[in-house]
Amino acid sequence: MAMVLEQKDFEPIALKSVQTIQQAPALGYWQDAWIRLKRDKVAMAGLCVVVFLLLVATFGPILSSVSYSDQDLLQTNQGPSAAHWFGTDNLGRDLFIRVLYGARISLSIGIVASILNFVIGVIYGGISAFFGGTVDRIMMNIVDVLYSVPVLLYVILLMVILKPGLINIFIALGIGYWLQMARIVRGQILSMKEQEFVLAARTIGASNRRILQKHLIPNAIGAIVVTLSLSIPDAIFTEAFLSFIGLGVSAPMASWGVLASEGVTSLREYPFQLFFPALAISITMLAFNFFSDGLRDVLDPKMRR
Amino acid sequence: MLGYIIKRFLNALVVLWVVITLTFLLMHAIPGGPFTSEKNLPPAVMKNIEERYKLNDPLTKQYTDYLVNIVHGDLGPSFKYQGRTVNDIIKESFPVSFQLGMDSIVLAILIGIPAGVFAALKRNRWQDRVINFCTTLGVAVPSFVMAALFIEVFALKLGLLPTAMWSGWKSQILPATALAGMPMAFITRLTRSSMLDVLGQDYIKTAKAKGLSAFCVLWRHALPNSLIPVITYIGPMAAGILTGSFVIESIFAIPGLGRYFVTSIYNRDYTVILGVTIFYSALIILMNMLVDFVYPLLDPRIKLGKKG
Repeated sequence: MAMVLEQKDFEPIALKSVQTIQQAPALGYWQDAWIRLKRDKVAMAGLCVVVFLLLVATFGPILSSVSYSDQDLLQTNQGPSAAHWFGTDNLGRDLFIRVLYGARISLSIGIVASILNFVIGVIYGGISAFFGGTVDRIMMNIVDVLYSVPVLLYVILLMVILKPGLINIFIALGIGYWLQMARIVRGQILSMKEQEFVLAARTIGASNRRILQKHLIPNAIGAIVVTLSLSIPDAIFTEAFLSFIGLGVSAPMASWGVLASEGVTSLREYPFQLFFPALAISITMLAFNFFSDGLRDVLDPKMRR
Repeated sequence: MLGYIIKRFLNALVVLWVVITLTFLLMHAIPGGPFTSEKNLPPAVMKNIEERYKLNDPLTKQYTDYLVNIVHGDLGPSFKYQGRTVNDIIKESFPVSFQLGMDSIVLAILIGIPAGVFAALKRNRWQDRVINFCTTLGVAVPSFVMAALFIEVFALKLGLLPTAMWSGWKSQILPATALAGMPMAFITRLTRSSMLDVLGQDYIKTAKAKGLSAFCVLWRHALPNSLIPVITYIGPMAAGILTGSFVIESIFAIPGLGRYFVTSIYNRDYTVILGVTIFYSALIILMNMLVDFVYPLLDPRIKLGKKG
């Protein structure tokens, strides 16, 4: 069948007549992650609790008139009441205030230790993977050797030497716990190093440092953030453990671990003294766990179980 | 195979040597000797003590002496307990810790694996949710809190079990359960996820298509393969139970090595800290090595000696 072509078939189509397909708005990595995270109710609940705890830990002690170390020897070992919401301890210190203050210490330990892990782990793992070859082999052998012994043993040894105290806990946890982060960063970067965008960056003459900073680490950020968020409850847990065996922060300061271990000694007589700090630890751990599980599903689908 | 075993063994020795050196240096980095805290001892007594423990030798000599002694299996004397060696302490208290650890491992496996399989079979139904909730609790609640709760409920309120000490099987139940909480939760999660993984494989479909009973498919085809990842958890589990025992043994007043370790930390008994750390490290290294040997026997897909 012969097709008859007319002059008008060769006219350009007016722009208006083209039906544009409705596209989803372009979203950045974090925007997309946030939208998907908002759908995960459990993770959002975890996030809300974490934010609440952070606010309480920051502002709670400021708003209260009593200090965490104020003693009232006429009011020792009181049960929970309107005056003392969580009761008082054996020196008459208000447990509610002490738990609030403990939140400050425990959370700051979690956060600072994680940041230290992050910095050491990313630098170490990044360098190891990026240079590869002998450098990588030596650096990873060191990690393997350190990894084959429970990290907690090192941390205990370090704390024995450094003497208990807040700064020393930061140091010990920072030195002890970066191994996991270094391994994950290395794995991520190794898998990306041979991809085209790195080659492209190299062809236009980007320096090693620039490739690492601008191309490799941002692409590994999902796994890094997930590891980071999992390491916060880990650090809080470890600190509670250290405090429990007498290597934590020193009196009259009190983290949740210290409060719990004080509570255990008087468990038979005043169980509430253990109950509240233990509850605080457990809620925090739950919240962080839920939140980081959700975060992992969103940021790093490969790690999903 | 033999070559691999030898290589792995040498590797373990190197790791152990690094650990010994590190811990030795750390312990000697402490400013002042271990006896400086004691109330003004007369200089003559101080000198005698230092002579007795060879503290005035140069560091390199102390180090080589220590290494030679370790090769002969001697971890040195305790600083605080007169006339007792670290070996005595380990020999006496480790069996108790070992018993407790085995109890909790058995408990964690016996409950964790069936719970994980059950959760996988009931995926996303209420049974799965309940188990998931329990495992989250198991991960989130520190073992000392769990131990305290157990004491409060089962020993004090109900009076069913002894609160502390180590005599008879009844006294083992509470500490072993408290210690098993965390590994049990992990094993359950691990079994569940690997079971779900296996159940989605083609050979399970084949087995079902052949007309095998659901039980046979599960027991013969799915379960053995889903347990392989659980084996890898044995190393970390041993480490977790070991460190967990420090706290649990202290709470329940169990005369095990963990409690000794914690007391020696309080007492700053450096030789005991040093010796027990090395002993624990050797134990964990050995454990990991055994897992590495057993793993390829169970999973033929893994080749020995290849990095993967």
